[in-house]
Amino acid sequence: MSRQLEKKDKTPHITVSDLTMAYGDFVIQKDMNFTVNRGDIFIVMGGSGCGKTTLLRHLIGLKRPVKGKVFYGDTSFWDVEEEERNRIMRRCGILYQGGALWSSMTLAENVALPLEEYTDLSPGDIGEIVSLKLAMVGLAGYEEFYPSELSGGMQKRAGLARAMALDPEILFFDEPSAGLDPLSARRLDDLILELRAGLGTTVVVITHELPSIFAIGNNSIFLDGESRTIIAQGDPHKLLAETDVPKVMEFLTRGEAIPPVAKGGIWNRMST
Amino acid sequence: MGGAMQAQGTIEFSSMSDDTLQATISGSWKIGASLPSPATVLTRLEADQGIRDLVMSASELQGWDSTLLTFISNIKRECHSRGIRLELQGLPQGVERLLHLATAVTEKKDVLDTGRRKSFLYVVGKSTIHFGTSTVEMLSFIGDVTLTVIKSLGGKASFRRIDLLNLIEECGAHSLPIITLISVLVGLILAFVGAVQLKLFGAQIYVANLVGIAMVREMGALMTGIIMAGRTGAAFAAQIGTMQLNEEIDALKTLGISPMEFLVLPRLLAMVLMIPLLCLYADLLGILGGAIVGVGMLDITLVQYFTQTQEALDLTNISLGVFKGLIFGIIVALAGCMRGLQSGRSASAVGEAATSAVVTAIVGIIVSDGIFAVLCDVLSI
Repeated sequence: MSRQLEKKDKTPHITVSDLTMAYGDFVIQKDMNFTVNRGDIFIVMGGSGCGKTTLLRHLIGLKRPVKGKVFYGDTSFWDVEEEERNRIMRRCGILYQGGALWSSMTLAENVALPLEEYTDLSPGDIGEIVSLKLAMVGLAGYEEFYPSELSGGMQKRAGLARAMALDPEILFFDEPSAGLDPLSARRLDDLILELRAGLGTTVVVITHELPSIFAIGNNSIFLDGESRTIIAQGDPHKLLAETDVPKVMEFLTRGEAIPPVAKGGIWNRMST
Repeated sequence: MGGAMQAQGTIEFSSMSDDTLQATISGSWKIGASLPSPATVLTRLEADQGIRDLVMSASELQGWDSTLLTFISNIKRECHSRGIRLELQGLPQGVERLLHLATAVTEKKDVLDTGRRKSFLYVVGKSTIHFGTSTVEMLSFIGDVTLTVIKSLGGKASFRRIDLLNLIEECGAHSLPIITLISVLVGLILAFVGAVQLKLFGAQIYVANLVGIAMVREMGALMTGIIMAGRTGAAFAAQIGTMQLNEEIDALKTLGISPMEFLVLPRLLAMVLMIPLLCLYADLLGILGGAIVGVGMLDITLVQYFTQTQEALDLTNISLGVFKGLIFGIIVALAGCMRGLQSGRSASAVGEAATSAVVTAIVGIIVSDGIFAVLCDVLSI
């Protein structure tokens, strides 16, 4: 499904060069280099705690890199004025792990806020766009609900509606399927594919859900928590077929394809 | 555990040879029973330094849970450090598997070094640095707020009017009951304290002066400030801290909406608008509290009491009190918002943020009140 779109011209959308991320002296990941092309569905994968979400925070302007650069097109994101950074971020939509809806506002107000801030649309027009976006994520009729009145999955979808409010060029997803049942997760994947097909949106997905990775990803990086850097990148299907890095193989196969030599303690592989 | 009585867990020793000790575990090893501690084995090992092998057999075991596991891993560790070979015999299969599970991955040593004891100098140095950075943070927060206020005076500020109205209701109307209660009581207390002394001189009527001046100049503003710190300041910190926890603040920032404008400004504004009114209200009710004592116990008529109060007070006193209240309000709002924004991302961090907002606000209020007292004296207001 993801292959058919690879024929597109590859123009870099986000480029990361020599990025090092750290909290104080504690280095999370170092020497990161990768490129997200326009129209990619780019997967950032890796075990828990390896710095996937921290990478996201560097990409969306919440945390300044210790070293290295992030480029949006040709603009060095962290070297320009804050105004310019905000302008770039306005073209990005972000779906946070827990939805991060503003809890004091209804769904409609949540989705409307970006539009009120950055467009000159009349309240009537905004209302229509809001209803459309909510309908796109399957929440038509929920305009006047508060986030706390919704289930986790619905909050996430509403978060997506908000992320899409300004028709972003890039959508970031932080663990989109975490906490969703398999069917909802699948629907969210389909929605991501639809968005890319319909709007040509570049999508960056942080996830460790194997079904999602293979269903939607056409490019990826694998962060390793031990060596603290990227140990593999490329199309996840190709990685699965060709990689010679045992860790990546183990991850992509849920540990099934592990060579018997590594069967040590139970935490490496169940020994019984 | 119910049902048949099980024999208590015991351990027995027998020497198999000069350098081999056999320990037999029997009975039921479960939480709650009084069981032998690993120390019994250790004293036995201490007593006979020649022991090189420890054979532990558990064929008589009747029941077990994690207490047995901790017991055996303790012994295992001790034997390892003493160079004694440990052989486990007849352990239930479950015990063996769980032990294997717990020891399969060696403890990570390089991850974090928290919890280790720090030297006194280290602690002093660390808290000094912390004090320095938190002072800088506070100053930069105040600077940020000032810039935001100046900016918003010129053009439109990006917060929602409905938020401001809600906050005004929260700060103002909802605070009235507690302010009523506290102010009347403070007025009463002041009047009682004054009445006892002034009666000695037959000057009961001056209770009105005492209560009036004390309430208007000092207690009205101070009490309002402290109530707002506990009520509204803590609420601000908790609200903003929870938004931090839920990534709501991140969502604002990445949208290019400044939390300063969107969250701090309306809170500050609501407080600045409401606290002078609350302060005047507190003054009035304090005087009323004093009047209750004056009329009820000191045989002053209501008219007398209020005429006396009116003579005692002038506009300077009243505006001084209201001005102080305004400053206290700003301190409360800033402390609440700052601690909220600084909050960490966990439930306990939000609680800490609320606590520290109240502490910061009260310290700020008292210190600035002290400064006011000195200033008033110098300027003879």
